[in-house]
Amino acid sequence: MASGPREKFDNPVVEWIDSRLPVFTLMNKEYGVFPTPKNFNYFWNFGAIAMFMLVTMIVSGIVLAMHYTANVGMAFDSVERIMRDVNGGWLIRYIHMNGASFFFIAVFIHMFRGMYYGSYKQPRELLWILGVVIFLLMMATAFMGYVLPWGQMSYWGATVITNLFSAIPLVGEKIVTLLWGGFSVDNPTLNRFFALHYLMPFVIFAVVFLHVWALHVTGSNNPAGIEPKTKKDTLPFHPYYTMKDTFGLLVFIIVYALFVFYAPDYLGHPDNYTPANPLVTPAHIVPEWYFLPFYAMLRAITFDIGIPFTDITIISAKLGGVLTMFGSIALLILLPWLDTHPIRSARYRPLFRTFLLLFVVVFVFLGYVGSQPADATLGPLPLSVFGLLGTAYYYGFFLVILPWLSKNEKGRDLPASIHESVLG
Amino acid sequence: MKTTILSLMVLSLMAFSVPVMASGDVEHPPHQHWHFNGMTGQFDKAAMQRGLKVYREVCSACHSMKRVAYRNLVDLGYTEDQVKNIAAEYTVTDGPNDEGEMFDRPARPSDHFVSPYPNENAAKAVNNGALPPDLSLIVKARHDGPNYVFGILTGYEEPPHGHELLPGQNWNKYMPGHVIAMAPPLSDGVVAYDDGSPQTVEQYAHDVVNFLVWAADPYLEARKRLGISVLIFLLVFTGIMYSVKKKIWSDVH
Amino acid sequence: MAAKTKNNQDGETRRDFLQLTAGAFGAVGAGAVAWPFINSLNPAKDTLALSTTEVDLTPVEIGQSITVMWRGKPVFIRHRTQEEIEEAREVDTADLRDKQTDEDRVEKPEWLVLVGICTHLGCVPVGQKNTEPRGDFGGWFCPCHGSHYDTSGRIRKGPAPKNLAVPPYEFTSDTSIKIG
Repeated sequence: MASGPREKFDNPVVEWIDSRLPVFTLMNKEYGVFPTPKNFNYFWNFGAIAMFMLVTMIVSGIVLAMHYTANVGMAFDSVERIMRDVNGGWLIRYIHMNGASFFFIAVFIHMFRGMYYGSYKQPRELLWILGVVIFLLMMATAFMGYVLPWGQMSYWGATVITNLFSAIPLVGEKIVTLLWGGFSVDNPTLNRFFALHYLMPFVIFAVVFLHVWALHVTGSNNPAGIEPKTKKDTLPFHPYYTMKDTFGLLVFIIVYALFVFYAPDYLGHPDNYTPANPLVTPAHIVPEWYFLPFYAMLRAITFDIGIPFTDITIISAKLGGVLTMFGSIALLILLPWLDTHPIRSARYRPLFRTFLLLFVVVFVFLGYVGSQPADATLGPLPLSVFGLLGTAYYYGFFLVILPWLSKNEKGRDLPASIHESVLG
Repeated sequence: MKTTILSLMVLSLMAFSVPVMASGDVEHPPHQHWHFNGMTGQFDKAAMQRGLKVYREVCSACHSMKRVAYRNLVDLGYTEDQVKNIAAEYTVTDGPNDEGEMFDRPARPSDHFVSPYPNENAAKAVNNGALPPDLSLIVKARHDGPNYVFGILTGYEEPPHGHELLPGQNWNKYMPGHVIAMAPPLSDGVVAYDDGSPQTVEQYAHDVVNFLVWAADPYLEARKRLGISVLIFLLVFTGIMYSVKKKIWSDVH
Repeated sequence: MAAKTKNNQDGETRRDFLQLTAGAFGAVGAGAVAWPFINSLNPAKDTLALSTTEVDLTPVEIGQSITVMWRGKPVFIRHRTQEEIEEAREVDTADLRDKQTDEDRVEKPEWLVLVGICTHLGCVPVGQKNTEPRGDFGGWFCPCHGSHYDTSGRIRKGPAPKNLAVPPYEFTSDTSIKIG
């Protein structure tokens, strides 16, 4: 990887290793002197924070796996044993449980930052796509992890989500049976989910490596959205950003610790403290909070789509919901080609900024819709109407507003350089 | 920009803190003052001991608590000998012995609380098909658990006019749907306290909630105590990092 | 590559063909190796062995329902009253989302046998006990997303796309059935 001329290190041990395997040279190049735009704001901390959360989840997860039993008869009890009898087990489990939420918080903010400052635009398209892949893998991992305690919400969440695949025409039922390894969510399902839940974080780690690699090829975007031109525009990564990231990370950890120690179950659902029972459905099945906006989109399609004035259905309501939900993530992958405006940063695109902030509001609102029972109302109207409107805006933002703005938004004048944008 | 982000955060917090209720017309149980609440909340051991007494004399007739072991009772302030004596009052089936027979023996501190029924179906058969839930985690398994349990125990009423109850049904103003299979378990004076505490339904409910909170979350006190140390450490560390960051960046600005 | 003569072209075609064949063999081999691994995730033999259940219907009185387990799923068996049967038969199938007559859904009109899993997203509808809500059509109500089923287990209102499934079953005698 790092080849070519190499500077000598003073420390003889370091030099001995580096002359044979230049890891220190590599680290110094990528994290020491790496030229980084000097105008980052605190939004740029969240990549490092997400990385920290991934490591936290892997470490706490490996320890938990040493005490956990993936069997429908014992899973719930083994988790309770961790909570009661394993030394400090409650702390490790609460770190892991809340860690999932805080990993998602970090990643959501990280993605928002990418959208706000146009970090997905040429030449960083692949960098962005790798990020969406990480997000997808995280969702799969989190979903399977939530099944492992084998509480009521674990079981019914797994049942509802795996049943989504039965919406696929012709082979849907077969695929669901294959996923379950039986005729319902049961022991084989729990076993394979555990195996995959243990495996996938390492896959995520590998994709994160590619993500960072791609980042270091193009260099970071920055709040001004213009490329660094001279040395005046950049700073070495260390110590400027290592120290700034550490400070930001600590602030984040304080909030995280507040939840772990003072509201460990706030982000979870009480039903998951009742062991799974295939014969009793909870009154109201909700996924974890980070899935709620997507869950709202899944439920927004309550009608069949067919050829008008005939009885022919092309897409059933169920398939429509599933397609809408997965489509919402597919749109993220396509984002670099939907928004082709030459200006990156929303700072210099007031219209884009307004629509994007509205998008965030709608996304949060969809989360609220997803958290409510299916028959809930808001004022005189059923909430599902708002779910549909929110979904329409989500899709409209990507498919109509962004392409339209790309052609028609004039935008403000860009500063001549990063250095100038900081001064002025 | 900053204010927008802030208002978004507030909005999202509001969205997620809306309690999820199955049906709208159920009155939310009123908030009680609990000793274990707050950042420095602690267990009230006297109340927990009384709560254990209420559980043993009333609730345990139908409700199991199979995740709690007798050895755990030292947390309530009992000595090991007292725990041994409490355990010995119960009988567990052990075995098989050398002849291959199952046999009964007094419970030991290492045993878990003995359940009133051998299995769930037996429990349902005796209780008109309704299963009395295990109470080990009941406080965590219900939204706003402590207030909910207190509400249920004190929320029995005559059904309002026009509501007919079937045999084996009772009316409780805090139960979702109001109809509950459990008959009012407590009445004034059913459990004799020897520490002079009032022997009222409210006091019993209060004590048993204290006991159940401990049962569901035995490390509550340890957790909150450790939390303080962790937060102090983090705050100091963050302060130091802030100065370091500021010093390093001072030549840039 | 050097300039191509006629001979060379022949050689190249042959080489292309060989490479293509080799590639095809590799792909088939990889697929053949992958299949046992994927197939191992399908239901195992012990799971398949539990695929039939026999039920004695004698204790179920008119108006009562029982739930039995079949392949890990609840199966609802309702001993329908005369009113329930009539109600189910009066419906005009043209109004239904999933058009099926009641006659198509039962072997004997008084016995309704259904897989008790909502066809929307797999929850267990309520309504088995007389005390439980049965929705607007007197059959079952799914508490998850609000689907209403009628006294023939057909979807009448809410998001579910299909009627509650009728499992394969047969009467082994007047008062017992075999499901599966």
